[in-house]
Amino acid sequence: MKPSKIVRMVSAGFLCTVFLAGLFAGGVARYSYATQFRELPNSTPSTAHYLGTDGLGRDLFARVLYGTRISLLLAPGAALLSTLIAGVFGALAGLVGGWCEKVILASADLCMALPLLFVLLALRALLPLDVDPAVSVVATFVLLGLLGWPSSLRVVWAASRNMRRSDFLLLANATGCPRWRILLRHVLPNLRAVTFAQFWISIPIFVLSEATLSMLGLGVMEPLPSWGNLLRGLEDFSVVSANPWRMCPLVVLVLVVISFQLVLPRQEEIA
Amino acid sequence: MKDRSLRSLSLFLLMGVFAPARGQSGGELHFCLHGEPKTFNPVLVDEEASENVRYLTGGVLIRLNRQSQALEPALATSWEISRDRRTITFHLRKDLHFSDGTPFSAEDVAYTMKLLMDPQTHSPTGDAFRSGEGSLEVRTPAADLVVITFPAPIAGLDRLFDQVAILSAHSPKKEMAVLGPFFVSDYKPGSYVLLARNPNYWKRDARGHALPYLDSVRLDIQRNRDIELLRFRRGELQLINRLDAEQFERLRHDNPAATRNAGTGLDAEEFWFNESPTAPLSEHKKAWFHMTEFRQAVSMAINRADLCRIVYGGYAKPAYGPVSPSNHFWFNSSLEDPKYDPKGALAMLKRAGFRYENEVLKDSSGNRVEFNLITNSGNAPREKMSVMIQQDLLQVGIKVNVVTLDFPSLIERMTRTLEYDACLLGLVNTDLDPDSQMTVWLSSGENHQWNPNQKTPATSWEAEIDKLMKEQASARTDKERKVKFDRVQQIVAEQQPFIYLINKDVLLAVSPALVGTAPVVLNPQAFWNAETLQLAAGTELGAHK
Repeated sequence: MKPSKIVRMVSAGFLCTVFLAGLFAGGVARYSYATQFRELPNSTPSTAHYLGTDGLGRDLFARVLYGTRISLLLAPGAALLSTLIAGVFGALAGLVGGWCEKVILASADLCMALPLLFVLLALRALLPLDVDPAVSVVATFVLLGLLGWPSSLRVVWAASRNMRRSDFLLLANATGCPRWRILLRHVLPNLRAVTFAQFWISIPIFVLSEATLSMLGLGVMEPLPSWGNLLRGLEDFSVVSANPWRMCPLVVLVLVVISFQLVLPRQEEIA
Repeated sequence: MKDRSLRSLSLFLLMGVFAPARGQSGGELHFCLHGEPKTFNPVLVDEEASENVRYLTGGVLIRLNRQSQALEPALATSWEISRDRRTITFHLRKDLHFSDGTPFSAEDVAYTMKLLMDPQTHSPTGDAFRSGEGSLEVRTPAADLVVITFPAPIAGLDRLFDQVAILSAHSPKKEMAVLGPFFVSDYKPGSYVLLARNPNYWKRDARGHALPYLDSVRLDIQRNRDIELLRFRRGELQLINRLDAEQFERLRHDNPAATRNAGTGLDAEEFWFNESPTAPLSEHKKAWFHMTEFRQAVSMAINRADLCRIVYGGYAKPAYGPVSPSNHFWFNSSLEDPKYDPKGALAMLKRAGFRYENEVLKDSSGNRVEFNLITNSGNAPREKMSVMIQQDLLQVGIKVNVVTLDFPSLIERMTRTLEYDACLLGLVNTDLDPDSQMTVWLSSGENHQWNPNQKTPATSWEAEIDKLMKEQASARTDKERKVKFDRVQQIVAEQQPFIYLINKDVLLAVSPALVGTAPVVLNPQAFWNAETLQLAAGTELGAHK
């Protein structure tokens, strides 16, 4: 077996383990993510609390598991949304061309020119306040999905534009093949690899974006944990240096992001 | 003989080791300003950095002793206030000079007061003296006598002069000629302000030595508090005027001798419900927030001791009212401390018509009791307190959604859109006198946060507070004022328009090399007695040239 395949399998195995642990967090963790053991703030790992507790005495192991569930379930959802937008409009721009291409690309460029964080911040502040933490989670990831498409669109557009000039499309047109058939049988199968890669690339980006938003207090609302708001606990350097196990959410995040990169097939393999 | 000499030498060495550090005149004190001073003109000061420079350079007629919290003569040897509280007469010290040598006289006081009260000056310090329509009248019957008459009575009139640094009417150096212990000798924007010893400073110590002892004070401009702490630990700074609990604990761990806790401060953290009738809230929420029993029950269900212990590492005290116990004169000590009692809170809510079913609190119409609590993002203690309040109120079936917003959005919701249920913020108290809280307690005030800018008081207790605050402002003696303000505190404790949470301790870092420090809770906490501070022998820095 090739070393690259082994690495990919190990990464996939790790991702599956983390994903399943998050999915069944309720069964794995002994405590709720919100319960505050106020007599035990910042406690060391023990048989009662495997990863110790945070500054408010909440079980860190439970919070990492529930945070994993939220980040790993919703980031693919957001990635799917953004890839869908990028796929539809990117393909449209590349294939139709003309004013349609210009409008779509100008919109993408405009969105890329706007600082994403600023837009997210403004939109988050406009949202109604009377929301459940669960709604805030969905809102955060929907916002990420709705705003994270421009760079993927550019990639899909480039691929579909090349296809527009390809011989097989020229032949299909020359033989009188209807447009819908060209789209379904010739274009979409050829864009699959590109959109698939964009989807996988977007997942860690959205995980990190959520982490950034939560670091700024704009992501998932307390007491619901996410990797982002768990990372906020690392702001306090003195606590982290005294309790190194508090780095656990960061370690999981780094490993997951690396695994997502390793699990992707390489460009030559896609080709 | 030899043995005796050795014993003497040993005793000398022991004294050298164990005797407290003794100061010497001269040397340069180093510490940080946390922002750029916007002005060196004392009448225009409106932020902390400029205020600190004003404190160190400005000469005032009356000085509030930060330790005893009593007024002391400074440039004025004595003063009298008229019975109508409109006129104050100062008897000035003679033969004083500004830092540039210009003589000081009553004319300078008149000039300063006129400048301060001139509407064109837009002086924030002058605002405190603007009690009514009309103009200020200043008379100078003699070179050492000033009579100032205000258009309307002013409560705590003499105390306000602690903020009035006297300017020279004749000096070519304008506001840079000062009467305080130091003067500004150099300023490099973004880098530092260097203050040099004022050779003409009037004050002397008990032995007749001229003050201040220090040759200079270098104020480095440093916004980053972590860098400031790092520099202190390296010995590049001799004091930090305020530390947060986490920094204090970190420093205490490494260098306990350098940490000082001045005690419970004047600042409070509190939260309030939005009781504005124009707020875009549902009617049932408005009904809960207007209910005294609801507010009292919420207050009773919050474990303040846990907030102090967990969020502030024990460096805070539970707060129950608008005045901190460290405000010795104005604090109403007869008020009872509310107890943490979730069961009592639940019983109170049930008596008020709420129902507790399946660990969920519902009102008489069946609406689940749930509200959002906004606070500013990036403030870790407030975010932690919000989450703890969320957990505490869950015990009585109340669901709280914590929302952190960036500060401009928060202010927008608080002051303009009123689109919030409850808000957790802090109240900074820089003045001991209740008059400084007038805009908070008057129902027409813009800082009357739970229901600001009312045309007429919405409730009978707010009307009573309005009446009491106005009466205390025009009362003749502080004793009479205290009676009125005690009643205000009692009403606030009963009605809980603000649910006070904690009073933070005033935490500082002071190098053992700095002799004569006596940290206090009033600003400037660490260097209020800068003129008598000394550096221990052999501990000068001077490395920042």
